[in-house]
Amino acid sequence: MKQFIWILGAAAATLAVLAAQQGDINITINKLAGQRPALAVPDFRGDGQSQSFVGVFNRTVWSDLDGSGVFRMVPKGQYPLNVPQQLSDFRIAPQTDNTRRGQTPSSGGGLWLSDWSAPPAQANYAAIGYAAVQNNLFVLRGWLVDLSIPNPANAGALAKTYPESLDEAGARTAAHKFSCDILERFGSTCLFGSHIYFVRRTGTLKAPVSEIWSMDPDGNNQKQITHFTALSDFPAVSPDGSKIAFTSWVHGNPGIFVFSVDPVRNLGFYNQRGVSVTASPAFTPDGKQIVFVSSVAGCCGIFTANADGSNVHAITTSRSNDAEPKVNPKTGAEIAFSSGRSGPEQIYKMNIDGTDVERLSDGTGEASNPSWHPDGQFLAYAWTRGYMTGAFNIFVMKVATREYQQLTHGEGKNENPSWAPDGKHIVFMSDRTGRPQIWSMLADGTQQQQLTREGSNLRPVWGK
Amino acid sequence: MFSKRKITIICLAASIALIADGCKKKVPAPPPPPPPAPAPAAAPAAPAAPVVAQFAAEPSTIQRGQSATLRWEVSGQTTSVSINNGIGSVRSTGSQQITPTNSTTYTLTATGPGGTITGSATVSVVTPPPPAPPPPPAPSASRQSIEERVSSETQDAYFDYDKSEIRSDARDALTRDAGALKAILADFPNAVITVEGHCDERGSAEYNLGLGESRANSAKQFLVSLGLPGDRLKTISYGKERPQCTESNETCWQKNRRAHLSVGQ
Repeated sequence: MKQFIWILGAAAATLAVLAAQQGDINITINKLAGQRPALAVPDFRGDGQSQSFVGVFNRTVWSDLDGSGVFRMVPKGQYPLNVPQQLSDFRIAPQTDNTRRGQTPSSGGGLWLSDWSAPPAQANYAAIGYAAVQNNLFVLRGWLVDLSIPNPANAGALAKTYPESLDEAGARTAAHKFSCDILERFGSTCLFGSHIYFVRRTGTLKAPVSEIWSMDPDGNNQKQITHFTALSDFPAVSPDGSKIAFTSWVHGNPGIFVFSVDPVRNLGFYNQRGVSVTASPAFTPDGKQIVFVSSVAGCCGIFTANADGSNVHAITTSRSNDAEPKVNPKTGAEIAFSSGRSGPEQIYKMNIDGTDVERLSDGTGEASNPSWHPDGQFLAYAWTRGYMTGAFNIFVMKVATREYQQLTHGEGKNENPSWAPDGKHIVFMSDRTGRPQIWSMLADGTQQQQLTREGSNLRPVWGK
Repeated sequence: MFSKRKITIICLAASIALIADGCKKKVPAPPPPPPPAPAPAAAPAAPAAPVVAQFAAEPSTIQRGQSATLRWEVSGQTTSVSINNGIGSVRSTGSQQITPTNSTTYTLTATGPGGTITGSATVSVVTPPPPAPPPPPAPSASRQSIEERVSSETQDAYFDYDKSEIRSDARDALTRDAGALKAILADFPNAVITVEGHCDERGSAEYNLGLGESRANSAKQFLVSLGLPGDRLKTISYGKERPQCTESNETCWQKNRRAHLSVGQ
């Protein structure tokens, strides 16, 4: 488990060692996947009115824990018949070695910890509990049970009560909070409360409209943020999650907007007059500055400005189409970007002052959409390597060594990767269902889940 | 009058005959019977008064400014026929066009030995409803037509994948466009033309934003090189966000890799 977290985000030294040994970070990740703790999560039962919402709870908690990538989820078909609803339901298994003689039962039918840790379940942990109504609230009682502890009385790794509103939203919130508490025990960052910003496309071919939306990490709570009834695109989120910046054609030529998200408010960004392209904003790690693309000195270079558009400085003045600058969120000292300066679009990095430009992708195909891992050592990006022009897949690269791993494999086009704040998940766009939709996955390419289904949705970016 | 003359002639003839007779014959002849007293002239029948056989206006109702026709026919002995309201004496039968500005009743007076008779015809003049006002001027009546002209008189310039260089076919298209634009800009001295840059769906959207701008700029510079005023040509890149078609094949991709001319905002 620890190693897994590491591969997706930490301990570069270890990675380098392993990478050297394996020569391919893909193999490394697959090997580590087998070491995840096995978690059993039987369906919780609800009392009274809570029964109507406990189904939502069960689906949500499973999805959160399964999607976290921290556990190997034990399939529900492998569980014992009797499911304890609270820690005190467990019985101490008799300490005997005479089960062969039939003197004592060979299992507790689910009430012994060993019923869960032995085959077929072979779980390391179980999450159990129940829901009930109290004071007109949906009250969830949940335990995480460490199945390696002999005495059930000491096996409670977590015991907590979650009173939430008596509706589906309340059940979902209880599930997210319970999952978060479990994940925290395993040193994992909880994504509940983080937001994914994205672009929803509507309108017609002749009059296309795209607006910026937000949603929860599981695709719930979709909310429209802009109402320009124009083309608005390329959202970026500030490091503290309080602001978004994006590009809009609402006033004619593309220009940059900066909005606060709660409440939604246009904070104002000064776009230089008469410049035909001012676009693709991204925040610096302190949230005080914006890097962006401008055609003021020819198309197109990378510039920086204060978050209100003042104090503009050129970083590159290339006329070979530098695009989508992204500042390293850890160091704030380098910028990854894409550019056509050596031919087809490739990914480059440079110092924040524009010096030491280096190409990171190997020049084959087209590479675009760089997104920094929170630790500043990995980039997720889209690349056509091995596929036709325009047929992008998501890749992850370790910047120091340029080693890469392919995460999607031609299931439609896969573009716009963005790392989650936990450094383990990636949200991206895929049109594998026929229309662009937003998907999430673990950074090893597993657990691919569709988050949007309505309309066409793309350009996701995952903020706090 | 006739009968008086007749009597005179008869008397004169009788006198001559008497004298002649007296000269030839001595024998006095019995005096002729006195000429019969002339039949007392039958008192002429009192002449009938003229009759107004017809006096009417057609149509009887007109809108102000329109004309109507008066027709009349008077029979019987008349000594004078006239119509008032400025028409005056007329023949017994006739017609006249009239253009009264207000409702008018015309009176025809026919006088003859038998007396005088009148007839009347009325022309009602109605005020026409006010005409519908002209349609409000289009917000920019001239812009409508400049948009039509730019749309119909210019054509797109096409590009190769990931390129913004002007191909030979684009050179031809833009050369024709330049001629059309010169005329259009002359006709619309305040107009600005937008050169839009577009891309196909394949490259990344972010990169295509710049590529579209480069294409728009290449097309603009080419038009400027043909003498068009640069300050009346602006560029805008839509990247791949406003495609003309969405099929994933080269025909559609080529259609979308273009510089397109439109009227500036």
